[in-house]
Amino acid sequence: MFELPSGAEIQSIIATLTANLGSFVPEIYLSVLFMLLIVIDLVAKGKKNNLLSITTLLGLAGSIFFIYQQHFLPAGELFFGMYVLDEFALFFKYFFVLSGMLAVVITMADEQFETEVKSMGEYYALIIAMVIGMIMMASSADLMMIFLSMELVSFSAFILTGYFKRNPRSSEAALKYLVYGAVSSGLMVYGFSLIYGLTAQTNLINISSELSRHGYDPVLMVLATLLVLAGFGYKIGAVPFHFWAPDVYEGAPTPITAYLSVASKAAGFALLMRFFYIAVPHGGPVYEDILGINWVSLLIIISVASMIYGNVVALWQKNVKRLLAYSSIAHAGYILLGIIVMDAFGTQATLFYLLSYFLMNFGAFYVVILIANKTGSENLEDYRGLGKQMPLAGAALTVFLISLVGLPPTLGFIGKLMIFSALLAKGSLYLWLALIGIMTSVISLYYYMLIPLNMYLRESPQSEQKNMNPGLTANIIMALLMALTIYFGLFFQPLSDIAKHSTALFGLKLY
Amino acid sequence: MLSLIVFLPIIAGLIILAVPSSQKQIIRIVSLLAALAQGVLAVLIWRAYDPSLPGITAGPGGSPLGSFQFVEKLPWISLKLGGFGSLNIEYFLGIDGISVTMIILTALVSAIGVLSSWTIQKQVKGYFILYNLLASAMMGCFVALDFFLFYVFWELMLLPMYFLIGIWGGPNREYAAIKFFLYTLFGSVFMLLVMIGLYFSVIDPVTGNHTFSLVAMANQANYIKSAILGPDNAMWRYIAFAVLFVGFAIKVPMFPFHTWLPDAHVEAPTPISVILAGVLLKLGTYGMMRINFPLFPEVFHASMYVIGIFGAINIIYGAFCALAQQDLKKMVAYSSISHMGYVLLGLAAGNSEGMVGALYQMFNHGTITAMLFLLVGVVYDRAHTRQIDKFGGLASYMPVYAAIVTVAWFASLGLPGLSGFISEAFVFVGAFSSVTTRYIAMVSVLGIVFGAAYLLWSLQRMFLGKRKPDAAYDLEIGSDGHEHIHFHDWKGKIDLDARELTMLVPLVVITIFLGIYPMPVLGMITSSVNKLVEVLSPVVLR
Repeated sequence: MFELPSGAEIQSIIATLTANLGSFVPEIYLSVLFMLLIVIDLVAKGKKNNLLSITTLLGLAGSIFFIYQQHFLPAGELFFGMYVLDEFALFFKYFFVLSGMLAVVITMADEQFETEVKSMGEYYALIIAMVIGMIMMASSADLMMIFLSMELVSFSAFILTGYFKRNPRSSEAALKYLVYGAVSSGLMVYGFSLIYGLTAQTNLINISSELSRHGYDPVLMVLATLLVLAGFGYKIGAVPFHFWAPDVYEGAPTPITAYLSVASKAAGFALLMRFFYIAVPHGGPVYEDILGINWVSLLIIISVASMIYGNVVALWQKNVKRLLAYSSIAHAGYILLGIIVMDAFGTQATLFYLLSYFLMNFGAFYVVILIANKTGSENLEDYRGLGKQMPLAGAALTVFLISLVGLPPTLGFIGKLMIFSALLAKGSLYLWLALIGIMTSVISLYYYMLIPLNMYLRESPQSEQKNMNPGLTANIIMALLMALTIYFGLFFQPLSDIAKHSTALFGLKLY
Repeated sequence: MLSLIVFLPIIAGLIILAVPSSQKQIIRIVSLLAALAQGVLAVLIWRAYDPSLPGITAGPGGSPLGSFQFVEKLPWISLKLGGFGSLNIEYFLGIDGISVTMIILTALVSAIGVLSSWTIQKQVKGYFILYNLLASAMMGCFVALDFFLFYVFWELMLLPMYFLIGIWGGPNREYAAIKFFLYTLFGSVFMLLVMIGLYFSVIDPVTGNHTFSLVAMANQANYIKSAILGPDNAMWRYIAFAVLFVGFAIKVPMFPFHTWLPDAHVEAPTPISVILAGVLLKLGTYGMMRINFPLFPEVFHASMYVIGIFGAINIIYGAFCALAQQDLKKMVAYSSISHMGYVLLGLAAGNSEGMVGALYQMFNHGTITAMLFLLVGVVYDRAHTRQIDKFGGLASYMPVYAAIVTVAWFASLGLPGLSGFISEAFVFVGAFSSVTTRYIAMVSVLGIVFGAAYLLWSLQRMFLGKRKPDAAYDLEIGSDGHEHIHFHDWKGKIDLDARELTMLVPLVVITIFLGIYPMPVLGMITSSVNKLVEVLSPVVLR
């Protein structure tokens, strides 16, 4: 029934594992960093200093070196097909490390941590854990690995969301996140089990070849796809798997909100792309699914629903973090448009959009934190008159919001341009999707502009002059993010070349 | 040259950024200097402009740049796209007869707007930064020959305008500002899709790549037959034309997309109204002449009738609305809608006379309406009201003001000898000689009658007769035994002061001069308009 491997086989397994370790250096490095942070926290307990945050920041920066080294390694499978190394994964490795660094930077700026939290030890360690988990999500090539890495990210995120232990909203957010997360992971694993039942394989490439070789029951396959999508949809925060997002985004510490809304979402997209591009067969007779429903049509439904729901419901929000939560649901819809196109251009547009979303969303949340430091509030009403009191913050936030709407000369405009170009490059087939995207982005202008409206067009109710300057470091970071959003909006070639270079997935037959 | 005239205001804005906000006078002077430098450049361009070169498009066998002048063409972005080839965007500026007049108009109106902004006291620094951004974006739109670049400038105008209305506007400014923003964005986002569609449909004959160049797009030979907006896809071309047309029509503004304009005008401060009426509205019709019509000539031909009808509706509906207004500024706003209708009518005629009239009307409307809004601002500054029936007999107390108002009002209603007459006459000559628009023109002539009605009526109510019992000012018997007018909290000169005269006199001179001798403008635009008519004529169509 089950044979023990012979000595020689064990020898060769060990040899392969050892050989593959060379392609696993960034992950190992980050794991060491994770443990180091726990040790530092134990040794330097109780001391109020920036030791932990600086170590995290430098440590993450160091990992960029190891990731860079991987460009020189051949793309391919590692650890018997559990894991892959390709340009696509490398793109996301940089993406997550930089997100982690920005999350640390904006955590350092957030004064709420000083009052709410006693120890920051686990916090930074968990940020690193999330980076590792997300990197593994982007590199997984096996159903088991996908599940493990997703859970690593989810569990770190649950704790981080509830990090303000004495704040009931934060705890409530963590619990909601956990419950929804558990349900959607359960559904996803059920979907995986169906796929395993159909193919007796867990490796994505093998699944694909099995499915196209033997064909499959379309009903079962659509059901499995739908269930898997529940898991991915939860990560990317798309309708109808979005219900956790507004509460979690509002309740979580703001740096974590930013981190979840950018990095965790991007990890979901990385996984979604790899799964659907690699594991599901494209074209050929077996592609004809029941009633013409295949995974592309499922994604189209999700995308359209996200764009409409996110942008429309955001119109009524009174809390800025909640408003940005609905905006992030809408943006999940826009990003999905690029995946629906299913070609290299679409992938490039998707990756480019993620880069632009990274910059503008982190920027927006950073300013929200700086404002909350001074006013103690994230309510739209309390933004009245801030444009005059915090000129740079007001200008920066306006630029980020304009970028989120997708107006030139900002990066967000180019992101939308790429996505819509990718759709229209297919002729009139997806024109209607572009139309929905465009119309919903006009709607989005209204609620994004509510923030500048309050900041500039309305007067602050209290007139006392307190010091509203967020400080030199904060001003520099803010100005830098703003300048990059505009600079890359005018000269976007470097980002686009990166995105183009990163469209290479291992084992891809799609384009 | 063109880069300089476009980016001068932005440079001024950057300088202002470094000036402490307490130094209001320095900020104003920097802006004024930038505007004046723009004016000097505009004059230099005007002098160096060769009116014999037509522009519009690269003719068959002609040079790839056509016969545009002051061309600046640099590669800006060249992207490799996965599985699709490359995306090429150029920094491509150049002017022809259609844009050269608009550049001069923009420089003129921008400079007058700066002078008019002198009275702004609230957040002067922010105001002038936004003002300069707006000025740059407007100028950029008129010189851009790359659709992408045009679009960037086009959208760049929205945000400064939103804040300029929203922060420095009247009581209902929030509503007016967001209405303006949403309306124009709604028009322009669809333009974005057409722009992408055109990109995929057009090949630059020189490089063999897809291109955003409007010059290449204006030549139907450069279209890929089977592409989405290529000659084979008549349906999509009709849709794209309609989408572009609506996008530009919102800016014009054309009935039924005009409702943002009265709101925006009423709430906007005087200089912003001047810019809005003087330049921004022209961008709508300029966009039609530069992009909408030459790129889809056969659709233009099929829809001349419709455009003409909308023009007539604009003329008559605008005039009727103006007739009903109690608020002087709202009346001028509706008169603006009515007068932009003449531009649409002239364009719809599709012949040289009509098009020349339309373009000349754009220029004249810019100067005349700028004058009208300045004059409304003068009386509003003093009386803090614009209700027409709160005045009466002003002519005897403010003679200079009344004289200029009379010139402006008569220019607006098209009195012979003033510039408005010539352009309207051309429009009607064109519209009558075109079979398509003949009957529309007959109806539209009524607009002139109603135009005369509301202008003369308001002139009579405000300036003639005696002070009304509930007027916005008092009369005092001065030491010299004459009656003097007294506004409640107005400290300045009762009649026009030096600054106001500096703004108004050049406009009055231009209006009168161009009414007597229109050749300086007509000479510049004729060859381009003839070329445009040729491009639009069905003979050239394949």
